[in-house]
Amino acid sequence: MNSPSLRLFTFAAPSRFYRLAGWMVPWFWAATLVLSVAGLYIGFFVAPTDATQGDAYRIIFIHVPAAWMSMLLYLVMAFWAGIGWAFNARLASMVARAIAPTGAMFTFLALWTGAIWGKPTWGAWWVWDARLTSELILLFLYLGYIALVNAIDDVRRADQAGALLALVGSINVPIIYFSVKWWNTLHQGATISMTAAPKMATTMLTAMLLMTFAFWAYAFAVVFTRTRAIVVEREAHADWVTELTRGKMHP
Amino acid sequence: MNWGSASAFFEMGGYGLYVWGSYVVAAVLMAVEPVLVHWRHRRALRDVSRMNSGNEAES
Repeated sequence: MNSPSLRLFTFAAPSRFYRLAGWMVPWFWAATLVLSVAGLYIGFFVAPTDATQGDAYRIIFIHVPAAWMSMLLYLVMAFWAGIGWAFNARLASMVARAIAPTGAMFTFLALWTGAIWGKPTWGAWWVWDARLTSELILLFLYLGYIALVNAIDDVRRADQAGALLALVGSINVPIIYFSVKWWNTLHQGATISMTAAPKMATTMLTAMLLMTFAFWAYAFAVVFTRTRAIVVEREAHADWVTELTRGKMHP
Repeated sequence: MNWGSASAFFEMGGYGLYVWGSYVVAAVLMAVEPVLVHWRHRRALRDVSRMNSGNEAES
């Protein structure tokens, strides 16, 4: 019982995580606020109008960060779901479940902003091209995962089934990423295809990266809060959770 | 500064509906999700305290 790996997992006990996450969440919100204000300021007031796309290109400052987060969160979700399954680590499975709705939200946002950007630049809201289709499949994978884990009553069996789906589905992430190279897509190839002068590219890139870090901090804040909720739901009978609510009722 | 006036800012060089249609949806989603998550956490804590006070009343 005292192998190093087991000690590592006891350190990641839900009660410890609950307190640590509770302390960290306000800092992630602060980071989200500061980074998004800076990113939006540079994106709208410093970065100039694009030579070919006009001001429609400004959608990039949320489109690309949302698309990156949709893929990153899926891999993180599949990783923790797999860890939870392989090592019977409850907290890891809870984190995986907490990531899914936020991942789905970012996937929807990437598709939505992409459609709105596609209309003025391509002349179509939607085309069945490889990048768009594989990103749509990512949304279905998130929704499938959420539906599956909620459809099975036995919590740990639901975690395991979800982990299998998440891990098998993770093959879709490299397909999304490389789709613009492997197939002839309408979607542009390089993530940052700035044809303008280097100085312009720098301000655009800065705004995009700031928004990416803002979304990243947002994801941490929301996922940690949701994990805390799931911990309380699942550990409702644990003494430390009872103590937690006692403290709140009688401060 | 890119914009001569507030209306120029909202027009976005003729792409106002597209740009703001993206940003407004993003802002709404990223404002609603944290609220829902906060409610879920609060509800979970309330259920635990209700469960425990119920147990005490029985005993």
